[in-house]
Amino acid sequence: MTSKHRSVVLFTSLVTILGVVLLTGCQFTSPGHPQSTFDPHGPVAERQMELFWIIFWAAMFVMIVVGGGLLYTVFRFRRKPGDDSIPEQTHGNTKLEIAWTIAPAIVLAIVAVPTVLTQFYVSNTPEGDVLQVNVTAHQWWWEIEYPDSGVKTANEFHVPEDTVIEVNMTSSDVLHSFWIPKLAGKLDIIPGKNLTMWFQGDNPGEYYGQCAEFCGEAHAWMRFRVTVDTQEDYEAWTQAQLADAPTPGDDYDDILPKAGLNVFRTSGCILCHSISGVVELPDKDELNKAYETREGFRISKGPNLTHLASRSTMAAGIRELNAENLREWLEDPDKVKPGNYMARDAQVYYDPDQALTDTEITELVAYLLSLK
Amino acid sequence: MATTLGVLQRPTSTTGLWGWITTVDHKKIGALYGVTAFIFFLIGGIEATVMRLQLHRPEFDLVSPEVFSQLFTMHALTMIFLAVMPLSAAFFNLVVPLMIGARDVAFPRLNAFSYWVFLFGAILLQSGWLLGGSPNAGWFAYAPLTGPGANPGNGMEFYLLGLGVLGVSSVAAALNFIVTIINMRAPGMTLMRMPVFIWMTLVTSFLLITAFPVITVGLIELYFDREFGMNFFNVNAGADVVLWQHLFWVFGHPEVYILILPAMGIISEVLPTYSRKPLYGYPVVVLSGITIGFMGWAVWSHHMFTVGLGPVANSVFALTTMAIAIPTGIKIFNWIGTMWGGSISLSTSMLYAIGFIFVFIVGGLSGVMHSIAPSDAQQQDTYFIVAHIHYVLFGGSIFAVFSGIYYWFPKATGKLLNEGIGKLNFWVTFIGFNIAFFPMHFLGMDGMPRRQPTYESEMGWDLWNLVATGGTFIIVLGVLIFLHNFFWSLKKGERAGGDPWDGRTLEWSIPSPPPEYNFATIPTVHGRDAFWDQKYANGHAVPQGASDHEEHHEDEGHGIHMPSPSYWPLVAAVGLAVSGYGMVFHEPGQVAGAIVAIVGVAITMVGVYAWAMEPASEPSEH
Repeated sequence: MTSKHRSVVLFTSLVTILGVVLLTGCQFTSPGHPQSTFDPHGPVAERQMELFWIIFWAAMFVMIVVGGGLLYTVFRFRRKPGDDSIPEQTHGNTKLEIAWTIAPAIVLAIVAVPTVLTQFYVSNTPEGDVLQVNVTAHQWWWEIEYPDSGVKTANEFHVPEDTVIEVNMTSSDVLHSFWIPKLAGKLDIIPGKNLTMWFQGDNPGEYYGQCAEFCGEAHAWMRFRVTVDTQEDYEAWTQAQLADAPTPGDDYDDILPKAGLNVFRTSGCILCHSISGVVELPDKDELNKAYETREGFRISKGPNLTHLASRSTMAAGIRELNAENLREWLEDPDKVKPGNYMARDAQVYYDPDQALTDTEITELVAYLLSLK
Repeated sequence: MATTLGVLQRPTSTTGLWGWITTVDHKKIGALYGVTAFIFFLIGGIEATVMRLQLHRPEFDLVSPEVFSQLFTMHALTMIFLAVMPLSAAFFNLVVPLMIGARDVAFPRLNAFSYWVFLFGAILLQSGWLLGGSPNAGWFAYAPLTGPGANPGNGMEFYLLGLGVLGVSSVAAALNFIVTIINMRAPGMTLMRMPVFIWMTLVTSFLLITAFPVITVGLIELYFDREFGMNFFNVNAGADVVLWQHLFWVFGHPEVYILILPAMGIISEVLPTYSRKPLYGYPVVVLSGITIGFMGWAVWSHHMFTVGLGPVANSVFALTTMAIAIPTGIKIFNWIGTMWGGSISLSTSMLYAIGFIFVFIVGGLSGVMHSIAPSDAQQQDTYFIVAHIHYVLFGGSIFAVFSGIYYWFPKATGKLLNEGIGKLNFWVTFIGFNIAFFPMHFLGMDGMPRRQPTYESEMGWDLWNLVATGGTFIIVLGVLIFLHNFFWSLKKGERAGGDPWDGRTLEWSIPSPPPEYNFATIPTVHGRDAFWDQKYANGHAVPQGASDHEEHHEDEGHGIHMPSPSYWPLVAAVGLAVSGYGMVFHEPGQVAGAIVAIVGVAITMVGVYAWAMEPASEPSEH
C-alpha cells in the first residue's frame, strides 16, 4: 500500500471509530437516563438542544476538515528514512492566511445569530398565563411555594402541562443552581438576589432536577423532582396539598401514628419542620433571627412535611420514600446524607442522652407515612 | 563591610547542595522549577486518581464527601498553580536567555527569589492536608461558601495565603522576564525576529502582572471577611456575592491563557524544527498570540453564563468568546501550514506537538460550544466542562510541556531522552488521555454535574465513568513510562551534542549542557531563525559546523563575569512563608498568629536589606 492509501484507510477508520463512539455516547434517550439533555420535554430544553445540534455539526465539520488536514499533512510530508534534503523555506502566504482568518469568522457569525435569538427566548418569560413558583434553596434541600394557591411543599412539586412556569429563586445560604435537564438549562440561585427563569413541560411525567452549583458537603444529594401533570391532576394535587395534614384519631390503626405525632412534638422536630395543622413556623426573617446559630450564617428551617407521604422521594430526592428508608434516615441522617444540618443541629442526634429510641423511631415513621 | 560582616560575603560554592540553594544561574533555577513542578504534577495526579477511583462505580465509598471536596479543589490548584505554571516557568528559565543570546536573566537574584517563593507557597498551599484540612470550596472558591460562617476551619486560609504567596512569585518572575526580553536580546534580534516562544513568554508575563493583582484584591477581601469580620461578601450585611465571581474570573480567564500561551510558544518552536521549515506566517502567529492576550480580558463572564447577568450580557460575552476562536484558529492553521511541504521527523517531541494540535482542536471546538450561552446552560457545571478543560489543559498545556521536555532535555542535560521509550510514553499517554476524558463529554450531556463524590446507578452514568477511570490508569502508566525514561536517560542516555535536532534558534548554537556563561561570544542576529540561517547561509544544503561550534567554545569562559550566588533570596522567601503560616493560623482576638506573621515580614525585610547591601561579587581571589 502506498502511504497515501494508508493514510486514507487510517483516516476513514478514525472517523468511523469516532462516529460509532459518538453514536453510542449519545444514546441517552432511553428511560435509564433521567437527566439526559438529549431528551428534552419542553420548549426551553428543546431550543437549547436545537442550538446544541447546530453548533455540534458545525464543530464536527471543522473537526473533520482541520483534524483531517492535520493528519493528511503529517502523513504526506513525513520524512522518509535517509532523506536529508532541506524543504523549501516558505514563510507564509498572505492570501491563504486572510482566507483562513475570514472562514472561521463567517462560521461563527452564522452561529451567532441563533445564539443571540435563543438567549433572548430563554431569558424572557413569554406573555400570557404564567404559573408562579417560588423556590428557596437551602443547604441541601428546596423550599417550594406557590404564591397564588398558597401551596407550600419541599423538594418535589407539580406543574400543569403546556403551561409556562416562572420560577422565582433565592437562596437562604450559599450559591445553588436550579436545573431540570429535560425541561430547562440551569440558572444559579444567589443569596440576596431574586432571579427568575421559566420552563414548560409538554409531556406529563416525573422529571429529575438537581443543584448544579457546588454548595458544600451534601451538594450531590441536593436533588428534586418536578411532576408535569395534566390540568385535572394538577388541580387535584393542589387541593390535596392545601388541606391540613391528617391528624391521627383514636382508631386502632392510629395508635402508632398518634404516638409518632407526640414524638414529633416533644423531640424537637417542630423547631425546624412545619406541618400545617400541627405547627406553623414563623416566616423566614423572624426565623432567621431566632435561629442564627453562627455568625454571618443562618439555618432557617427544614422541609415542610405537611404532605410528606404524597411525595415519592425523601431527603431532597435522593431516596424512595418508604418505611425502611425513613427509619434509616431517622436513625442516622448523616449516614444517608453526609453533612446535613439535621444530623448536626437536632438534639436527638448530638446529645446521646436524648437519642430517639427504637420505638420512637417506629412511631415517627408511622406518623410521617400517615401524612398523605 | 563585606570583610567585617562575614555573613554578607557572597557564597562561593557553585556545586553540591549549597550550590543549588544559593544559585542564581537561570539554568539551575529552571531545573529546580522543572523538578519541583513535576513532583507537584505527580501529587496532582494522585489526587485525580483517587477521585477517579472513587467514581469508578456508583456509590463507591473510598473517600468521604468532605475529603472529595478537598481533592477536587486541591487537584485544580495543584495542577494550575503548582504544575503547569511553574513548568512554564521552568521553560522560561531554561530557554529564554539561551534563545535571545543572553548570559542570564536581567535580575538573577530575583529569579532565585521567585523560585523559593514558589516552593514555599506551594508547600503552604499543600500543607492543609497535614494541618487540619485543605480548602474545600473549589479552586474558584465562590462566596459565600468560603465565608466564615459556611466554611469554618483553616482550609480556606491555606487557599488565600497559598495563592497570595504564589502570586508574589509569579509577578516577580514575570517582571524579570519582561525586562530580560525587552533589554537583553542579542544585537540584531529585533522584536519581530524573536522566536515565537519568546513572544509568548512576553505576552504571558504581561498577563501575569496584570491578572494577579485582581485575584489578590479578592484574596485580601475574603481574608479580611474571615479574620477581621469585614463584610465584602457577607450577604446579611448587604454584600453582592457575585462580586467575587467577577474578581475571580477577571483574573481566571487571563489565567487560562497564562496556562496555554507558553504551550503555544513551545509548539511554535518544535514544529518548525522537526519540519525543517520556518514557522508559517510568523507575523500573524505573533499577532494572534498578542490578540489572544488582549481578548482574554474581554471574555471572563462566559464562566458566568448561568449567574443571571441577563440576555444582553450573556450575548455580548458569547460573541467575544466566539471571536477569540479566530486568533486561536489562525494559530492552528499556521501550524499546519508550517508542516505542509516540510520534511517531518516524527520524534517523540513532534508526536506530542501534533497530539497537542489534535486534542486542542477538540478542546477548542468544545470551547466554542460553551460560548453558545443558551446551550451552555445545559453544560455549565457538568462533566462536559470537565472534558473541555482537560482537553485544553492536559491535552493542551501538558502535552506541550512533554513536547518541550523531549525537545530541550538534551540542551539542559547533554543527554538525549530515549526515543523508543519516548514514543511508547506518547502513545500510552495519548490513548489514555482520550479514553479518560472523551467519555466525560457524554457524562455531561447525560446530566452528570461536576464535583459530586458519588452517583447512583439509576442515573445511567456507570459505563462512561468506568471507562474514564480506566483511561486514568493508562495515563498513570504513561507518566510512569516517562519517569523511567527520564531517569534511564539521565544515566545512560546518548550524548546529545550541541545541536541534536538541526535546530533553528540560538540555544542550539552552544554546547549541551551550556556553559555557565551560555555564550562565549554574544551572537549577532541577522534574521528570524538565527542559528539556521547561520548554518545554511547562502542556501548551502549542508549544515556548517554545528559541531565546530562546540569546539569553538572550549575554554573561552575566562574573563566572563557571571553573577555570584546569594543566600538572601532564600532568606527573603522564607520570611514570606513564615508570615503566611502566621496568617493562616491567626485567630480573631489572639496575637500569636500576628506575631508570627510580623516575624516573617521582619525576616523578609532582613533578607531584602542584605540582598541590597551585599557585595556585587565574591571576595576577589582571582
